[in-house]
Amino acid sequence: MEAVFLTFILMLSIFLGFELINKVPATLHTPLMSGANAISGITVVGAVSLAGTGQHDLANWLGAGAVALATINVVGGYLVTDRMLAMFKKKGG
Amino acid sequence: MESTQLIIQLAYVVSAALFIFGLKLLGSAATARKGNLLSSVGMLVAIVAALLDKGIVEYQWIIAGVLVGGAIGAAAARLVQMTSMPEMVALFNGFGGMASLLVGAAALGTATNTFTLVTIVLSILIGGLTFTGSLIAWGKLSETIGSGAVMFRGQQVVNSLIVLAILASAVMFCLQPENPTWLYAVIGLSLLFGIMAVIPIGGADMPVVISLLNSYSGLAACAAGFAVNNNILIVAGSLVGASGIILTQIMCKAMNRSLSNVLFSGFGSVSSEETEIEGEIKPISVEDAYYVLEAASSVAIIPGYGMAVAQAQHVVKELTELLEKKGAEVNFGIHPVAGRMPGHMNVLLAEADVPYDQLLEMDDINPRMETVDVAIVIGANDVVNPAAREVESSPIYGMPVINVDSARTVFVLKRSMASGFAGIENPLFYKENTRMLFGDAKESIGGLIRELAG
Repeated sequence: MEAVFLTFILMLSIFLGFELINKVPATLHTPLMSGANAISGITVVGAVSLAGTGQHDLANWLGAGAVALATINVVGGYLVTDRMLAMFKKKGG
Repeated sequence: MESTQLIIQLAYVVSAALFIFGLKLLGSAATARKGNLLSSVGMLVAIVAALLDKGIVEYQWIIAGVLVGGAIGAAAARLVQMTSMPEMVALFNGFGGMASLLVGAAALGTATNTFTLVTIVLSILIGGLTFTGSLIAWGKLSETIGSGAVMFRGQQVVNSLIVLAILASAVMFCLQPENPTWLYAVIGLSLLFGIMAVIPIGGADMPVVISLLNSYSGLAACAAGFAVNNNILIVAGSLVGASGIILTQIMCKAMNRSLSNVLFSGFGSVSSEETEIEGEIKPISVEDAYYVLEAASSVAIIPGYGMAVAQAQHVVKELTELLEKKGAEVNFGIHPVAGRMPGHMNVLLAEADVPYDQLLEMDDINPRMETVDVAIVIGANDVVNPAAREVESSPIYGMPVINVDSARTVFVLKRSMASGFAGIENPLFYKENTRMLFGDAKESIGGLIRELAG
């Protein structure tokens, strides 16, 4: 049942994603991509639970590597997106 | 469910809601910054919740990873040049893919059933090909390796063999999870496949490739979510996956090509038929261009990748201001595939303080083109090529383009007469109303600015 439940979530989020992203104007497509980069760093959540289990060295190393890489995405992605979005100004604004 | 688990799961619900609301606010430039902030709060909530997990007994590995990754990420975000955004996004796609590969591999220790094994294979596979594919894309964008399409005889056969080998090892891995050979085979083959998939794609098709890899990095996170049984990974991963797919579709449509055509055909190798182009090239000097510009009451600027290469966005803004001071109306026409990633031109011009309501999409600027006195093409070629409308034998026939040739006068700023990336002749340069302003775009515009200001 677990698998069906997860697939259900997958299906709904993909449809929701299509609806949301379709409304993003072309002007913002680059920040959208770097913001998406940041969100895909969500893997860090899966990585922390594996890095700290203390089971065996290999899992710890793999987990720590995954935490580092995903954190680059999260921190770098959100900061650079913010930097970009701060530059978008309206006329006279 | 014990209480800590319940708190963690509820925090994931909050975090998912924040991601969704953040993306919704990204729908308008006025609220986008707030949206990004909300999304980052969602991420923080998810990470803090994950750290509450009772299974975690050693924090030193996590802290080390976060410190290293956070420092690199923050430095990259501060230092990157806006012209290099495509490279940065490409690299980040790759990191996301690699992280999912590692999570998938690390999850192997706890895998109990075939379904989990299948999702582990998927996260390794998608993660691996995203990683090497993104590295190649990064190399091509930063010109570390040649940006052209690499084609060789039998390429399709080799790729098909790799796909078959991946399928075979994936099946064997699921049947014999205790045998590490199959795991290594899947990892190695997926890394190889990422390289093979991106080398035949040339520089001008990069917007499609980056969008697609962006989508893959999300799908890899999604697969990793299945592998470690985590809802928030699935929700966030599929949001990213959907976003990448939509951008890919928009890019393909803007080039009038199917995705498979982009991925498998190697645009650079298309040899166009010799078509007779009538007319002659009419160069213009900066001084003469100034006289035409001074009399113009409506100007449209069409930037392309060349503007990014020449770092000309700031002088373009200066030119815009001077023209507006003289009473002219100035607009920008942005083609969806101008530059090396979706929205590349918009970010560069935003950096130079050009207000975003002055940046018009192709469909908005084309109807106005007939009333434009001077259209200035800066470092763009294929996206303004009238052959896409007129020459049926042209490889880009049918691609929607910005119709600069309907403007009263067209200035094309161009380094030399070498043809564009696709190697396609551009009849625009030979049109009656076109004047070629040869030289470095930044210097040419600088010359115009001196004339206008003086």
